Amino acid sequence: MLLKLVPAGTKIPFMSGRFAAFVASAIAVLASVVLFFAVGLNFGIDFRGGTLIEIQTTDGPADISEIRSIVGGLDLGDVQIQEFGTPQDVLIRIEEQPGGELAQQQVIVKVREALGEETVDYRRVEIVGPQVSSELARDGTIAVIIAIMAILIYIWFRFEWQYALGAVIALVHDVLLTIGLFSIVGYEFNLSSIAAVLTIVGYSLNDTVVIYDRVRENLRKFKKMPIGDLLNLSINDTLSRTLMTSVTTLIALTALFVFGGEVIRSFTFAMIWGVIIGTYSTVFVAAPVLMFLKLRPQTDSGDAEPAKA
Amino acid sequence: MLYFPQWKIILVLGLSLLGILATLPNFLTRDYASTLPDWLPHRQLVLGLDLQGGSHLLLAVDTDAVIAERLEAVRDDVRRALRDERIGYTGLGVQGETVQVRIREADRLNDAETAMELIAQPVESTLGGIGFGGPVVEDLSIAQQDGNQFVLTLTEQAITQRINTAVEQSIEIVRRRIDELGTTEPTIQRQGAERILVQVPGLDDPARLKALIGQTAKLVFRMVDVTMPVQQAIDTRPPPDSELLYSVDDPPFPYLIERRVIVAGENLVDAQPGFDQRTNEPIVTFRFDTSGARRFATATQQNVGRPFAIVLDDEVISAPVIREPILGGSGQISGDFTVEQVNDLAILLRAGALPAPLTILEERTVGPGLGADSVTAGRYAAIIGMVGVVIFMISAYGLFGVFANIALFVNMALLIGALSLLQATLTLPGIAGIVLTIGMAVDANVLIFERIREEARAGRSAISSIDTGYRRALTTILDANITTLLAAIILFWFGTGPVRGFAVTLAIGIMTSVFTAFVLNRLMVAMWVKVKRPAAVPI
Repeated sequence: MLLKLVPAGTKIPFMSGRFAAFVASAIAVLASVVLFFAVGLNFGIDFRGGTLIEIQTTDGPADISEIRSIVGGLDLGDVQIQEFGTPQDVLIRIEEQPGGELAQQQVIVKVREALGEETVDYRRVEIVGPQVSSELARDGTIAVIIAIMAILIYIWFRFEWQYALGAVIALVHDVLLTIGLFSIVGYEFNLSSIAAVLTIVGYSLNDTVVIYDRVRENLRKFKKMPIGDLLNLSINDTLSRTLMTSVTTLIALTALFVFGGEVIRSFTFAMIWGVIIGTYSTVFVAAPVLMFLKLRPQTDSGDAEPAKA
Repeated sequence: MLYFPQWKIILVLGLSLLGILATLPNFLTRDYASTLPDWLPHRQLVLGLDLQGGSHLLLAVDTDAVIAERLEAVRDDVRRALRDERIGYTGLGVQGETVQVRIREADRLNDAETAMELIAQPVESTLGGIGFGGPVVEDLSIAQQDGNQFVLTLTEQAITQRINTAVEQSIEIVRRRIDELGTTEPTIQRQGAERILVQVPGLDDPARLKALIGQTAKLVFRMVDVTMPVQQAIDTRPPPDSELLYSVDDPPFPYLIERRVIVAGENLVDAQPGFDQRTNEPIVTFRFDTSGARRFATATQQNVGRPFAIVLDDEVISAPVIREPILGGSGQISGDFTVEQVNDLAILLRAGALPAPLTILEERTVGPGLGADSVTAGRYAAIIGMVGVVIFMISAYGLFGVFANIALFVNMALLIGALSLLQATLTLPGIAGIVLTIGMAVDANVLIFERIREEARAGRSAISSIDTGYRRALTTILDANITTLLAAIILFWFGTGPVRGFAVTLAIGIMTSVFTAFVLNRLMVAMWVKVKRPAAVPI
């Protein structure tokens, strides 16, 4: 027997829960914004400048507190030291040094001298100077904004303005909640996180477009159906697909999260979150927004305008 | 939707086969892959530095130094020109981006202007002599103000040209220096107006690389000024034609050195590390070109008994006394060197001096161990993700799930094949992009299959449901994928390094998955329908 995530003929009245969902989303978005300003993102060296060193000890588990006292004693300002995946792997992050580009280069020399070369394998060293870090932060923000704008325009062309606005509201919702999550769990926010955010944008959009497509089709098909029922119908029609695709994507991402290694773990984590949030926002944000934006007059009379293709 | 003409079948299968063939070399060892016959694709994936290990450095040419150097040269030229003409002047100096000078005698202003006009150089000549055709633009504009003051300003074109030339020369010299390290396939390319990107695969400690490119290595031979004791020069001020320079020793030892350069590093034709025959100290031996040899011979003939200084980047390496004229055009540099230092110095001298100092803006180095671990982890994650998706698809769609899975395999082959053929760089986020594609590639199939189910429920016949399912799902598939493709393209546009790698795999993955899910999969279903003539939809 074939597995069916959603039985045929499922009719869940999603729209009747729209106010509850809006309130929940509004609270979550607000909380994310507050968290972002109160706690802030744990910006990585890509955006803050500084030095990142990943080391592996070759003589048994690393003594984190010893490494902390050695590196902390070098007078390099704020130093963060954490275990990275296994007990032998340690990630050292050192804040940007005052004194321009040249000063950053001294950090790795000092650390290598202090920790020695015999029992330590330097697996990764990243040094980002002040000039590049500010550029990366700027480019990252521009990328996200332009992506959202381009999507807005594309959907506007293919559908109508209500859809474009609805999709973008859902996207902004997803992006803000992702930033909120990063603020709570304190994962490093770096260049890959920007890539993760953009992928979430892409995924969530994919999902939203599929439902919108169905809404457009049903609008033509059922010219007299009230918009609320029509949205419910469209969501239920596509619900099986929405869940199937979420599940296959989550299967792949979970494999990546568990087996893909420490370096991309926060990246994968963000994407798993994004898939869940994206699926939620498609059903509970993107679709109901069409109702609030008065895609079709609420009357049952036959004067409802057919949607333009 | 279910009818495929012969040529289309051949095209679809051919394309799929091509993808598989292009992927195969990645399963062979590099040596074996290169022995494949020419008509077979034999390119393997290019791994990014984060996967194969290596060092990535972003350098900036110090353009202020380039401008400052030209301004100082202009100032010196002005001094010489006015002296040669015996014109009295005062207040000569570099002010911001200009050189200013006041002429004492009002009746000689015109003479001064004529003399200074000769200092300007045509801008084209900075391109290394390619100055034929096109209007000749001088690199200086001379303006008179307050009656007796002249202001010499570098023109906009001159500044652009000089920076451009400096960056080009720097790239060339950095390349020569890195080549001396004997690493495999370094990439050195210009990025933007004044930056240079250096990528050296397999280098896990770039300390020596940084030491090599971090040094300007401007070598000059100059006479030591013996007309004034050094201490007096420190206490008062050095004579106008000389300056105080310090030795590389610790503590540094002061020397009073003439500004005039006898011979510079440009005149060296060779430099080699070696050992002094008497003291067995590490030294660098060098040879001058003809004009350098002649100038050095003349200078040493005229100055027997006086010391001269070998100055590297404004530090005195040594200041030997000339015992006899040096006519052979070769010599040696000794100092308190280690063997490694003379090796590096010889490399630097052979490669030539940088036109301006380089600053390291960004460094990313990944050791070979971490890179290999990442590849293993990525491969593992991809296989497990794939197995999970395959099982899930079969349990949800049965036979059609098998079709979807075949399409998924071909999709992976096309994706990896395309990356190999295009020689796009695969990075760790790129692997993540591949795994994500595995999850999302089946989306198009899911859309189609769900649609077919719906159509069947609506009472259509099996064949009609399948046909309509494909047709109706198409616009949705296109809309959904084009929007994601937009995001990927923007990511590529604005991203750097590894993030770009992610965007590339994502973008190619979207295109291949639309092809495999909508075309290849449909072909399989069409064949099946033709053979089986099903009465009911099997999903």
